[in-house]
Amino acid sequence: MTEPVETLAARPKSVGARVRRTEDPRLLAGQGRYVDDLAPPRLLHVAFRRSDMSHARIRGLDLEAARGAPGVVAVVAAADLEGLAKPLVAASRMASYHGTPLRPLAEGKVRFVGEPVVAVAAESRYLAEDALELVDIDFEPLGTVIDPEAAAAGDAPLLHEEIGTNVLVERRFRRGEPEAAFAAAAHRVGGSFRFRRKSPGAIENRACLAEWDAGRGALTLHSASGIPGIVRDALSEALDLPGHRLRVVAPDVGGSFGGKGSLYPEEILVSLLARRLGRPIKWTSDRLEDLTATSQAFDEIVEAEMALDAEGRVLALRAEVLGDTGAYSIYPWTAGLEPVQVVGFLPGPYRIEHYEAHVRAVATSKAPTGPYRGVGRPAAVFATERLMDLAARKLGLDPKEIRLRNFVRPEDFPYKIGSGIVWDRSGFTECLEAACARAGYPALREKQRQARAEGRWFGIGLASYAELTGIGSKISVAPGMPINTGTETAVVRIDSTGGITAAVGIASHGQGLETTLAQVVADELGARLEDIRIVQGDSDAVPNATGTYASRGAVLAGGAAILASRVVREKLLRAAGHLLEAAEADLEARDGRVTVAGTDRSMSFREIARAVYSEIGRIPHDKREELEATRLYDPYYGTTSSATHVATLEIDPETYRVTLGAYLVAEDCGRIINPMIVDGQVHGGVAQGVGAALYEEVVYDADGQNLTASLVDYLIPSAPEVPPMTVLHVEGELPATLGGFRGMGEGGTIGAPAAIANALSDALAPLGIGIDELPATPERLFRLIERAQQRQDNQSTGEER
Amino acid sequence: MSGKRLVRMTVNGSPVEEAVEPRLLLSDFLRQVLGLTGTHVGCEHGVCGACTVRVDGSTARACLMFAVQAEGCRIVTVEGLGPAEALSPLQEAFREHHGLQCGFCTPGMLMTALDLIEKYPLASDAEIREGLSGNLCRCTGYEHIVAAVRAAAQRRREPSS
Ligand code: FES
Ligand code: FES
Repeated sequence: MTEPVETLAARPKSVGARVRRTEDPRLLAGQGRYVDDLAPPRLLHVAFRRSDMSHARIRGLDLEAARGAPGVVAVVAAADLEGLAKPLVAASRMASYHGTPLRPLAEGKVRFVGEPVVAVAAESRYLAEDALELVDIDFEPLGTVIDPEAAAAGDAPLLHEEIGTNVLVERRFRRGEPEAAFAAAAHRVGGSFRFRRKSPGAIENRACLAEWDAGRGALTLHSASGIPGIVRDALSEALDLPGHRLRVVAPDVGGSFGGKGSLYPEEILVSLLARRLGRPIKWTSDRLEDLTATSQAFDEIVEAEMALDAEGRVLALRAEVLGDTGAYSIYPWTAGLEPVQVVGFLPGPYRIEHYEAHVRAVATSKAPTGPYRGVGRPAAVFATERLMDLAARKLGLDPKEIRLRNFVRPEDFPYKIGSGIVWDRSGFTECLEAACARAGYPALREKQRQARAEGRWFGIGLASYAELTGIGSKISVAPGMPINTGTETAVVRIDSTGGITAAVGIASHGQGLETTLAQVVADELGARLEDIRIVQGDSDAVPNATGTYASRGAVLAGGAAILASRVVREKLLRAAGHLLEAAEADLEARDGRVTVAGTDRSMSFREIARAVYSEIGRIPHDKREELEATRLYDPYYGTTSSATHVATLEIDPETYRVTLGAYLVAEDCGRIINPMIVDGQVHGGVAQGVGAALYEEVVYDADGQNLTASLVDYLIPSAPEVPPMTVLHVEGELPATLGGFRGMGEGGTIGAPAAIANALSDALAPLGIGIDELPATPERLFRLIERAQQRQDNQSTGEER
Repeated sequence: MSGKRLVRMTVNGSPVEEAVEPRLLLSDFLRQVLGLTGTHVGCEHGVCGACTVRVDGSTARACLMFAVQAEGCRIVTVEGLGPAEALSPLQEAFREHHGLQCGFCTPGMLMTALDLIEKYPLASDAEIREGLSGNLCRCTGYEHIVAAVRAAAQRRREPSS
């Protein structure tokens, strides 16, 4: 029987509706349960003494005074943990790759400011921090490795001597004949684009709490994590504990954006100590620790050049990318995660026949970079969309027109871009047209002409992009990573009271999956939304899981939930057939009841469940079957989400402050489960893109000190800095994923930096300024403008002479 | 570091009396001593606003106060607004307009929003945004929070509508 996407479409009810969220009442009443809210009896608290050196050998440690401090139960350094945990190394199939060990505490040397060296466990966090002051570490400095270009050079100090180089990954991509295409091109544009380092900045800092049950030999780790399944599997290996004695729970989690999407030393440490000390033990990061030791983001230099023919059609693209990935290759994603994907996504939604790219990921003595909303795509889109605008300028074309000329056209799908990624049908052109229509693009241009005539710096920026979401098992979400990220499992069950539970392996940290997945299950089962509970964020819920990342939750968990629900529905109808003495084909399930079509004979799910499980003689004894199913879903390829962003802005000539006007996003994310939630995801993503474009930057000085280790220095946008936004949904042809869903959690952050960079460049075009470094802070804008004005002054005085 | 001091205050209408170290932050007092974990901590340096509570009718950052400084004060936390099964109109507006995602900034956001709708006309969105500028939200991009506050303010002005 083939029954693809259509079941949902035939009975659309909950899916597509603006359903209020199930998780809201508890969160609004202060009844959420985040990790730091948990306080089991006899709880101990951990504080870390972290490295204040960028790169140094640990010559000696004096822990005695700290061990004697009031309330202190244990003080440990790496030597005290020997043999307790196997070091984990993020693996990759890439030939040039070098992994680095992940250890709970620094061993032998430190490689970034903020790396944990000593852990103190005490009766309270206050007492633990008191004792930290008594820890004495003797460091021997080894020379900082700050500048990525210097780090990649042969004579730089080595962070990992055993590897013999600071270059952790190196790859080349090539398609067609780029040299010939460049030689034959009518036009060329190029630039060096620098996307500075970011911090994910979830408002809840990371936290983890481990409990050892000595009687059962079992460990439970509560962690503010987006990947409890991956953490479970990794800890199982590190601690040599099977999964049925090791449970990882991500309860309510206060945002991640990728910062809670990797395995961390602190998670291993509290697990070890809980087992060793026989008491529950918790660590809650403070903001200083978050800004220095949570994975950071982006940080690439992208040198790129584009070749075009006389009509503005892109013939070829080439790029040299250097990614500054910090001190370690993040587990499990590897150091290739971010920079290799920059190169993977550079060709964007355009037909570009010839492509060549070289990418290196280089280790520096800074916090490791890891996943952050958009991963690789924000920097790629920044470079490619700047090149598109530079080309448009050079050829005298409108930015909209040059994009239309180069998009992959409807008849070209599926289209393989130069890096090997395949775009399935997605509304590239439709999004751009819809965005420009809604924004009133010609009127905006007119407004700009007037502003320019008045000498104001008003700019309009477009950015179009495509991204791969809901990635199945064909490729890993991190290039070369051998872990399967392409499947999800759902267990759907109707219990003997009629309660419906759907358990999935993903972990919500704000996405509202408890609501959207319930919508999917409700439609598939014919159940009432309020009768469904979603269990997520718990490694015990399903046999295998990884977590929520890479815009996969709705596609993968939604798909698995659809498959499992269909089986449960069949079982339910079979049972109802016996009970109602009707042919299954005559039964329909709706609103939590099964009805014999065309009659008033019906039973509620609850009555059927009771009859199936609890009542004697209602169902033939050999026909009883549990109303439960476990199904795995693998979309195999994944699907393409796309969008066009339109930013408008004005630069204040006195303060160089940028004020954004109404912001517009037109996106194709397939079938929408809950438009309210989709809009919220886009808004949040755009706000992070605004931060990335204008405010946020992690700054390390030459000594490797982090100069942005508080929220006073690391500027997260607040409400006045974020513009009002409009989101248009362009629902074109549905993708082949079950349910027709596409991922959409990250797009806002992918498009906004490029759109804003283009708008700034557009505003400053009369001065000949193009933005090639983000964030474009007032200080950077001031310098660019001052230099440009001097240049113009010199020219005009030159002309007068 | 012992030398505990007795501190008395009213929290969400109930009298509270505890002996605490003078260095104990009000945020830790609420969360760890009273078990009122609705008040969140995001930075402990006064920037994020997650710890916002009401102290004698004005908003305050619980991470910037010691518990002993609240001696004799009337404190209201998010738990004082309305329980999950009977949300206040402000909380309802946040739900209706999807003014929260992960919910971590939400308690502080609600306490600030309550102050705004009670004390200011909030004639424009710009005014609402300005009023919320001391509370960081990393999830929502503020758009829906602004909508929620706008709706709650409107409802307060015209209760019948
Ligand atoms: S925790 Fe108090 S302002 Fe951030
Ligand atoms: S809802 Fe997550 S920080 Fe505001």
